[in-house]
Amino acid sequence: MAIRKKPSWQAPRIGVGQINLLENLSNASAISGQEDAVRKIVLSEIKSHGSDYEIDPLGNVLVTVKGRGRSLPKVMLAAHMDEVGFMLVNDEGEGLFSFRAVGGLDARQLAGKAVWVGKDQHPAVIGAKPIHLTTYSERQNTMGMASLRIDLGPSNSKKAQVGDQATFATKFTRLGPSLRGKALDDRLGVATLIELIKNAPANIDLLAAFTVQEEIGLRGAQVAAHRMQPDLAIALDCTPANDLPMWDGSANEQYNTKLDAGPAIYVADRATLSDPRLVAHLQRVGDTYKIPYQIRQPGGGGTDAGSIHKQRGGIPSVSVSVPGRYLHTAASIVRLADWRNHVGLIHAALSHIDKNTLKR
Amino acid sequence: MKELIQDLVQIAGPSGYEADVREYVQKDLKGHVDEMKVDPLGNLITRKGPKDGSGLNVMLAAHLDEIGVIVTHLDDNGFARFTTVGGVFPRNTVGARVKFLNGTGGVIGMEPTGYSSVTPINQMYIDVGVTKKSEMPVKVGDVAAFERTFEDLGKRLVSKALDDRVGVAVLIEIMKQLKDTPHNVFGVFTVQEEVGVRGAAAAAYGVDPDLGIAIDVTLTGDTPKAKTMDVSLGKGPAIKVKDSGMISDPRVVAWMEAGAKRARIPYQKEILTGGSTDARAIQITREGVPAGCVSIPCRYVHSPSEMVDYKDVQDSVKLLVQLLKRPIKL
Amino acid sequence: MTNSKDLLNKMINAPGLSGHEAPIQSIVEEAWKPLADELNTSKLGSLHALQRGTGKEPRPSILIATHMDAIGLMVSNVTDGFLRVSEIGGIDHRVLPGQSVTVHCVEGDLPGVIVQPPEHTLAKENRGGPVPLDGLWVDVGLSPRQVARQIDIGDLVSFASDAVEMGDTLTGHSLDNRASVAALTEALTMLQKRPHHWDVWAVATTQEEETLGGALTSAFELRPTLAIAIDVTFAKGPGSTGHDTFPMNKGPVLGWGPNIHPKLFGELKSAADRLEMAYKKEPLPGMSGTDAITLQVAASGAPTAVISIPLRYMHTPVEMVHTKDITRVARLLTEFIAELDEDFLDKIKWQEEEN
Repeated sequence: MAIRKKPSWQAPRIGVGQINLLENLSNASAISGQEDAVRKIVLSEIKSHGSDYEIDPLGNVLVTVKGRGRSLPKVMLAAHMDEVGFMLVNDEGEGLFSFRAVGGLDARQLAGKAVWVGKDQHPAVIGAKPIHLTTYSERQNTMGMASLRIDLGPSNSKKAQVGDQATFATKFTRLGPSLRGKALDDRLGVATLIELIKNAPANIDLLAAFTVQEEIGLRGAQVAAHRMQPDLAIALDCTPANDLPMWDGSANEQYNTKLDAGPAIYVADRATLSDPRLVAHLQRVGDTYKIPYQIRQPGGGGTDAGSIHKQRGGIPSVSVSVPGRYLHTAASIVRLADWRNHVGLIHAALSHIDKNTLKR
Repeated sequence: MKELIQDLVQIAGPSGYEADVREYVQKDLKGHVDEMKVDPLGNLITRKGPKDGSGLNVMLAAHLDEIGVIVTHLDDNGFARFTTVGGVFPRNTVGARVKFLNGTGGVIGMEPTGYSSVTPINQMYIDVGVTKKSEMPVKVGDVAAFERTFEDLGKRLVSKALDDRVGVAVLIEIMKQLKDTPHNVFGVFTVQEEVGVRGAAAAAYGVDPDLGIAIDVTLTGDTPKAKTMDVSLGKGPAIKVKDSGMISDPRVVAWMEAGAKRARIPYQKEILTGGSTDARAIQITREGVPAGCVSIPCRYVHSPSEMVDYKDVQDSVKLLVQLLKRPIKL
Repeated sequence: MTNSKDLLNKMINAPGLSGHEAPIQSIVEEAWKPLADELNTSKLGSLHALQRGTGKEPRPSILIATHMDAIGLMVSNVTDGFLRVSEIGGIDHRVLPGQSVTVHCVEGDLPGVIVQPPEHTLAKENRGGPVPLDGLWVDVGLSPRQVARQIDIGDLVSFASDAVEMGDTLTGHSLDNRASVAALTEALTMLQKRPHHWDVWAVATTQEEETLGGALTSAFELRPTLAIAIDVTFAKGPGSTGHDTFPMNKGPVLGWGPNIHPKLFGELKSAADRLEMAYKKEPLPGMSGTDAITLQVAASGAPTAVISIPLRYMHTPVEMVHTKDITRVARLLTEFIAELDEDFLDKIKWQEEEN
């Protein structure tokens, strides 16, 4: 099943406008279950484009962009709006709140960070005891989440309440060939999906799902897929690039993905065994269009595909992610080139989907 | 039936890559069932019996897939690092042989970590007999199954992948032997069971049965110093009461017990505290499905040398055929 | 309330472990029959009772789920007249030695007791500390022959301690979650006298403690417009004093987090305010640990909320609730349901959709 390059094909442009959109998305606070701020940005973008959309009972934004023609393949693309962060769980007075993680966070990453609390992003900090007052043995142990507090300052104690969200307070910035920000997992996917809606290929019906609650168990995508009933699905996400040098100079063989090596196609993670036909399709398209890609090391982790593929009578699914360093921390770093190639690969792959894509 | 089992276990079909096993079943069942189709995830759904009869829509499920390994990295000297597909125990893997879907054979070795404790998978590698990365016949993302010959020990059979090819063989036999059932019987050969009963969920949604029964293997407690699991090889098919993922519908358990007693087929009752089967997914599909499981007792599950008792296998076929011949009232 | 107390007493003295809810189901069915316009059972044994609304068709519907299954034990092995058991639901094995139990076998119920075996009969690693479940025995006092004849693997073992009333508090096993079934029953009684636009599906769900499968499949079948799970939460008490515990007799606890639709939470709060009823907010950063986990994502999903009754000593045979909290939950439900009108869905629109 060879693919012939479409001479007129062009990748959707990722320029200043798109990077500004990503900046807005990255700077917005939206933990799982409180995705309002990102949903707002998404809605304003797709409304200006004039696509049909609905918001489902969980808060997923579901957009349909019909192609030209009848009974076209229905292709679902999913990108999650939520990020990992915190929920305030106890008001201890004087602006101090104890908190719990929402999604997977490393307790060693929290002390001494600035955070934004609530919808209005009130500034606050996660403090730590001065080194002068700690003992040697204390410093050998992780400061557990239960011992840390989010501090809004004594005069702001009324600005937050139990149940409010908090996220890292990291402003998006460009660093040479790289982009740095919080929540690039998965605001990059969200930005990509917005561009794909604006540049939707006409050979498919594009079903775009901006999902909620991915970080706490792929729950938004589950009901989105049930509602949308696609023929096949692609999750657009971010995946760790653990490609740093080894302490002893030996070869790093557990990198998951590498920066600068292009978008990462999944074969297997903890939640999904990708449909081999879709993996092959993406690889063929990448080879034909000379768009670099990498195979993500099979292993742990999971994306929205994990719940999508099990819906109804089964939905062949695959994930393609932008590699990113330091995901689920205050500041992640990705390469702009990897993002561009991600958008290009997905767009080209969509342009070549037809009835034969799923022939065995 | 021994030949059928032998054929089935020798095909490689790790989770997600069950195509070759599925094709074998398709060929073998041709002419024995009324309908056959493959669903979007690759489940093979066969059907036999009257569509609008007085009986129930019964779904029987046996999974095609087996545990395996998948390549994560190729190093410069031609060794492949890997991770597991399904529940592979590290203690069973060193020295094991694997076969990739493209036919490449390999052996699993480990870094010199000492022999006192179990070496974790990430300190093992697959040696496919080459010395340079450029000569590697496999790439990152390729999957392989364990390779071990089938042994007929007379009363007992030993092989890799008896979990659940022995269930597949039982289901094939049932579909062949069922002649005048009042029920609309769906013999479903599922995919991706070993990674979390994924195929059965979609298949059950498509079939929408009135009754669901998984056919799978279960652990035993009849080996030296085994924990108190009350299932033994050779004492008949095990009727599942509960496992760590589901509680069998008590009506289904009672129906199976009564059927076994009536047909004078030996049986045992099973409570499994580690593991589950396709019945878990079937039970909570759509509006819910009364579900149960007939288990074939199996020693050394998820090792390259699993062992079953041949009479248990035959009795499992007998039990289900007997049950499905008659009307079912739960 | 007397009726409700009687019902609750009856319910918590009845068996009905997860996956085997038939005994409790028939009690709930009897209680709900006079309160329902329609009554049916799901394929997994959940009980569905419909109280029709007065609104014009097609009417929206609200599903209220209370799980009726209980935790307990199951016979997994019989040796020389003694029984090994495995757990149904999560039980701390440290509360088991000395508990009176009932073994339910085909021929009838047998009384028994969970025993901690003499130290020297234990495996070495089990000596001197709490004995794990697979080291404990159940002794029914019968001869090995009688036991072998009467008891089979898979027979259920439930707690046999009686319910005890202590003023306004009630203690016994299975109050998780039959206290909520009682609350829902009270609400159904109140709603009979109070007109409501929406259809109300009261559901006593199965298998909550093991698979959450009862709520999942009932929500799939009934496709409610809204869904609320009523369950118990941790009450403040000895050893339980943190921010994740709530005082008894201070009103219902409303869950807040990704498992709960934020606007539905707000509307429940308003209903409590209208009743001038105190309530607490329970932050749930992850999942709620209730039927709402599956109610929210069944089929294409539904807006979901969680209301809880504070309960001490959860998953022990001496669970404790304040009966006034049960009635408060019933009143809150009634107020909320009765005020659901045709425009309610506009009130819980995602805010970005407004304007």
